[in-house]
Amino acid sequence: MADPMPDKRQPRHHGALATLILARIRMFLREPASIFWVFAFPALLAIALGTAFRDQPPDPARIGVATDGPALTATDLASLRGPSLVLELSPRALLDEKLRKGGIDVIVMPGPTPDSVLYRFDPQRAEARLARFVVDDIIQRGRGRTDVASISEATEMPLGARYIDFLLPGLIAMNLMGSALWGVGYGMVQERSKKLMRRFATTPLTKTAFLLSYVLSRLAFLAVEVAFLVAFGSLVFGVTVQGSVALVFFVALVGVLSFTGFAVLCASRTASVEVVSGFINALTMPMWLASGTFFSYERFPEAIHPIIQALPLTALNDALRAVINDGAGILTIAPQLGVLAGWGLLAFGLGVRLFRWR
Amino acid sequence: MSSPERPAARAAAVACRALVKRYPDVLAVAGIDLTVDAGECMAVLGPNGAGKTTTVEMIEGLTSPTSGEIAIFDNVWGRSSKGDRTIRSLLGVQLQETHFQEKLTVLETIELFASFYEATRSASDVMALVALESKATARVGKLSGGQRQRLALACALVGRPSLLCLDEPTTGLDPQSRRQVWEIVEAFKAEGGTILLTTHYMEEAERLADRVAIMDHGKIIALDTPAALIASLGAEDIVEVLADRELPLALLCALPGVGNARVEAREAREAEGASSQIAPGGVRVRLSVADIGLTLPALLALAAESGARLDGLVTHRATLEDVFVHHTGRALRDG
Repeated sequence: MADPMPDKRQPRHHGALATLILARIRMFLREPASIFWVFAFPALLAIALGTAFRDQPPDPARIGVATDGPALTATDLASLRGPSLVLELSPRALLDEKLRKGGIDVIVMPGPTPDSVLYRFDPQRAEARLARFVVDDIIQRGRGRTDVASISEATEMPLGARYIDFLLPGLIAMNLMGSALWGVGYGMVQERSKKLMRRFATTPLTKTAFLLSYVLSRLAFLAVEVAFLVAFGSLVFGVTVQGSVALVFFVALVGVLSFTGFAVLCASRTASVEVVSGFINALTMPMWLASGTFFSYERFPEAIHPIIQALPLTALNDALRAVINDGAGILTIAPQLGVLAGWGLLAFGLGVRLFRWR
Repeated sequence: MSSPERPAARAAAVACRALVKRYPDVLAVAGIDLTVDAGECMAVLGPNGAGKTTTVEMIEGLTSPTSGEIAIFDNVWGRSSKGDRTIRSLLGVQLQETHFQEKLTVLETIELFASFYEATRSASDVMALVALESKATARVGKLSGGQRQRLALACALVGRPSLLCLDEPTTGLDPQSRRQVWEIVEAFKAEGGTILLTTHYMEEAERLADRVAIMDHGKIIALDTPAALIASLGAEDIVEVLADRELPLALLCALPGVGNARVEAREAREAEGASSQIAPGGVRVRLSVADIGLTLPALLALAAESGARLDGLVTHRATLEDVFVHHTGRALRDG
């Protein structure tokens, strides 16, 4: 045996790591602000956005008919009183005013020849154009037009196609990124500026165990965070996970590991909260916008899609949406997992290399 | 056994050789040799900026020396990561400034530090040692300054260190808290532990230290037991006189019982201060005297003969402070 004394004095890394993780979990739970940002904030955001963009039947067309000047025929007026329209009877001047402000969509009035009808509307407004066709259909039918083709409709959309279905995985990804970066980055800088890191550096605690304690304590919260948001989406908005729930957690795990890597990099030498906040904001803000958290990145020019798709948050968004909305399996999302793991390893490796206790 | 499971009785706890730390703008430690024997308490005494903290941080492995070598119980810092870890397991450290996590309790903090070490004391033993049992479940954020300092000592002691390094352990504490800290350090020493402490309080060095190293401008300017350092002044007492005119140094030295005399012009700040009515050109005389009963009447006679008026006269037993003044011409607190 090369070593006659096989590491009897070796510190209890296991004990140290487990105890540090436990201490970090305790500190988190004793900080009300962090509870708010991790749990309450994404829930409130989901409620606000989910309500604003909820699916609702289209508003009925709003039609104006003048009470002064030439009158419509009784037949036409009777047709317009049907249930699918909102009819407003007002003086002509008032109707014009409302049309300009978007209060009504179309003004219906007698045309220049006896049997004709005139539609007055703003073709720039989509709902006005739609209302013009709806009101025309009703007038024509009222005067006896019959349909020549028989029509049938298929209006069921695939599951997971609503805005809230799109939004919820984005919120989960955003939350995982934020809690990993802020939780770990801020925590490290705070321990450095308190000189607690220097104190740790004089003990047998290893750098690896110290940094791992941050990463692993995040993982303890990840399960709770993801479970909370998935359950919240399901109960409040009926968002169902089409794929495997276990795979959702696995994707979240890879995502958190990736972002804690960035956090360790951001905080590897920083001793001021202001500086690390700047780093984290510079990292997260562009990704919030570009990576399709609130709206699809398909809206950006096609040429820059490869760049956007190489961002870690895009990879996490796409992977979560593929599993939650489309029921994708692990092979489908392998490229996104690869992007996340690649970034994570790169950032963590660089962070460990740059890390200083002081 | 080749591996230092427990330090051999003969090994020096700390052996620094030709230690230098140069920062871009300052030479913090200008080449010192310092040996701390196992079981002794060594105090490094000096004003702020003397290089005490830099020296201790090099011994603790927090700062790497520009040149020179440090061995802790025969393990040289920086030879191997395994050796460095061995040193860390032998050290108990209290830094000049550490803020523990305010959201953790006293017990949780001590247990956290205990988890880093292989051989530990129980948390309850350590809390009893530093008189914090009643605060076991209190959050660190609620502790007073003295209690926090005792918690720092508890965290330093929980890993059963062989060498305790304390950097200004009582700075900023009230007298009662200071005495509590001293008692904890004395208890550790009574168990055979080695202590290296920095301080700028001479009372602290005199009470705790077996030997004192006086540092100034990055160098050790005197090193011995407190008694020997004071004895080196050749004096039992110190007499300080403020006179309004020059007193000849040769005559002062010739006074009976005087071992050493120092005459200096009174400093500007005194002239500006409360005694600004005193004419410029006055002097401060410091005499190290072996027999104050002989010296004092002769000194007063000399002043009368010279026509000098005495604005003040103070005598006190010689202390380490006087040793520092003797070597540097400055008081410890002057910085």
